[in-house]
Amino acid sequence: MRIWDHTTGKVVVYNSSFQVSQGRCLAIVGESGSGKSVTCRAIMRLNTFKMRQSGNIRLNGVDLAELSEADMRRHRGRHLCLIMQNGMRAFDPSSPVGSHFRDTLWQHYGWSRSQITSRMAKAMGSVRLQDPVALMNKYPHQLSGGMLQRMMIALAIVLEPTLIIADEPTSALDTLSQYEVMEQLIALRAETGCAMIFVSHDLSLVQRIADDIVVMRDGEILEHGTTADIFSGTRHEYTRHLLEAKQRLNRNFSNRMGGLQHVDR
Amino acid sequence: MTIHRKMWSDKLTAISLTVIAMVAFLGICAPWFAPHSPEQVHMELRYASPSWQYLLGNDHLGRCVLSRLIYGIRPSVLWVLAALLVSLSFGGILGILAGYFRGKTDQMIMRVCDIMLSFPGYVMSLAVVGILGPGIQNILIAFVIMKWAWFARVIRTSVMQFAEADYVRFAKAIGVGNAVIIWKHILPVALPDIAVISSSAFGTMILQISGLSFLGLGIQAPHAEWGMMLNEARGVMFSRPELMLAPGLAIVIVVSAVNFCSDALQAALDPKLQKNTRKPLRGQGLFPAKPKGEEVA
Amino acid sequence: MLTVDQVEKSYGGAGRLSRRGKKVLQNISFVVEEDEVLGIIGESGSGKSTLGRLLLGIEKPDKGTLHFDDRDIAARAGRRRISAVFQDYTSSIHPYYTVEKALAEPLKLYGWKDGDIGLRIDFLLRQVGLDSSYRSKYPHELSGGEAQRVCIARAISTEPKCIVLDEAVSSLDASVQFQVLELLKELKASYGISYIFITHDIQAAVYLCDRLMFIRSGQIEEIVSARQLTEVRSEYAAAMLDMALRLAGQGEASSAGGEQRKERIW
Repeated sequence: MRIWDHTTGKVVVYNSSFQVSQGRCLAIVGESGSGKSVTCRAIMRLNTFKMRQSGNIRLNGVDLAELSEADMRRHRGRHLCLIMQNGMRAFDPSSPVGSHFRDTLWQHYGWSRSQITSRMAKAMGSVRLQDPVALMNKYPHQLSGGMLQRMMIALAIVLEPTLIIADEPTSALDTLSQYEVMEQLIALRAETGCAMIFVSHDLSLVQRIADDIVVMRDGEILEHGTTADIFSGTRHEYTRHLLEAKQRLNRNFSNRMGGLQHVDR
Repeated sequence: MTIHRKMWSDKLTAISLTVIAMVAFLGICAPWFAPHSPEQVHMELRYASPSWQYLLGNDHLGRCVLSRLIYGIRPSVLWVLAALLVSLSFGGILGILAGYFRGKTDQMIMRVCDIMLSFPGYVMSLAVVGILGPGIQNILIAFVIMKWAWFARVIRTSVMQFAEADYVRFAKAIGVGNAVIIWKHILPVALPDIAVISSSAFGTMILQISGLSFLGLGIQAPHAEWGMMLNEARGVMFSRPELMLAPGLAIVIVVSAVNFCSDALQAALDPKLQKNTRKPLRGQGLFPAKPKGEEVA
Repeated sequence: MLTVDQVEKSYGGAGRLSRRGKKVLQNISFVVEEDEVLGIIGESGSGKSTLGRLLLGIEKPDKGTLHFDDRDIAARAGRRRISAVFQDYTSSIHPYYTVEKALAEPLKLYGWKDGDIGLRIDFLLRQVGLDSSYRSKYPHELSGGEAQRVCIARAISTEPKCIVLDEAVSSLDASVQFQVLELLKELKASYGISYIFITHDIQAAVYLCDRLMFIRSGQIEEIVSARQLTEVRSEYAAAMLDMALRLAGQGEASSAGGEQRKERIW
């Protein structure tokens, strides 16, 4: 099975095309405004009316762009799953998170209430959330950003989509939860064997999770290659500039952590 | 560019402002502009069509519609506007205080608001009119009492979101006084919201006055008022629809002029909404489209 | 220079059931020396931002005192030489003000003459790497990095001795983040300003700071010199550092020893 993904020509994203294969993780890297989120939303067809898209996006041979709205809705969730940047805003603030899960799963699989609860509880256990049933009865504002993000991952585990799109899943979190969410995302991939598109501006995160990298800037794909290639020998000035920034912080930090013998000043 | 110059530069706004100014002027100087006495009955001219002498025709008692329309400006527009301003400023001040200072101030003001809002509007105004007796002044008093709590609530919510903004925090940090912060940093930004709610309240208030007049509690019978004119014309809605047209259009025109003005105020204040600004540089989806991008749905 | 003594702060009370009497900060005491950069590290909800607001005098502590150069921060005169940069670059400048107007505001407040303000603004913009064309721009026309530079210019405009940076780089892209950190370093070198750098980003904190203060659920866990990170004593600080190291992509190495770690540094 092969997932094939191909976007061509957009108002903010020009003639970009890439593909993700089963079980691989593609990272889209770029600064804010480079069109990475728009690309993701284009795949999900969640862009606003003002944004128009052309070209084809194919998932397992099905052209998503040609699906009707109802079919697309069925595809989202079942085959495509989006993990958003801000957990607080991703859940309906006026209902407990559990009811959100129930709605989603009922929509896609038609499971019974108890079935959903037990499956969700299991999934939430696997993302290391304790006491899942109690958590499901809480409202989004009672939970931390990291927890919400992990619950979204749990939902993704239950949904078993073919492709998970993670749009800056850690940018709004602090270091500790960032780490946990990253761990869970990696585990999620191992568990479901699904393909993943991981969007981020942070290259060190990308290095941990991605197999392939697409570097975007101003709506254009600058570079495309495997993670190892990009990190060891990038050809682009811009990619180097992105790498450099994070590297220097990392190097400084590692030096400090490595003890006094490495400190350069 | 100053705010009022910006507003004048937009044609629709300029027209709206002119309309409002003209209406206000007509209302104030009604005796000079009205061709006839608004209360003079000509039974022989009942339901007369427009003529050169009576430009908009005559109503069911043969009174001059145009004159009644002009005299009607006073209660329908000017007094409503006055009542609106009073309740808006009262509610606005309390709302801003509650939204800005939060804490106990907020708690107290909001509880009072909740109590006020828990009475249904019409019942409340009926009660006030019942106590004070019928008449336009008393209805206006009832409106002020009824509406301020609602204004306070809405304005508080709007102010609250700006009071949390980082630029307000910075101003506090460098020691700008609270009054200055409210005046310069919060009020202008909250003004569009305030303008929108007040322009919509303006429309409902005109209609509510007519509703109360209909019950015989508002304007007393011979006096002219737009809402009452509508009511009087209602009886002959199907045979002589044009009688409804004059007061109806007048209400629509004034209310939309006020609405346009509130929109324009927002556009004049907010640099993001200005047509003549340079293209925004950044932000989601704001890149200038390059010609090579194909635009297809 | 800055002394914080036994500070305590709780929120809630009237009406807010969920937060009634919740202590956000307790028993906070520390000192910041002149020309020093102190990093305050904590997770969301740890009370670090509340501490920032207390330092800026936006809120008052329930107990304890904050002194800057032996004057109480609660009085305006006491915090005259403290300034601030905040996190949310989309709301940190008055949306209806141009950059020029935003920069002029604190200057006017501090009694600069109108004639000098214009020159000063040009100077400040140059200091943060922007040119005079930015004077007439509105905040929504700026990118995150540019907006944050303007905020820094605004913060240094009044010649403060100390700037509280509340998550000042956290919402910026990684590459821009680094440029802003560099800028902060340069400014510190040329003006000798001290910073209080409130963040959850340990790497950025280590890059900029002299000392790090770890804060958890309103209490100080540990204060440690950024040059002696290997000598942290508290479990929490160690865990945080370890986590950051793993995030940096050198996770496995941290337990495996120094040599291997060095190799993995890219």
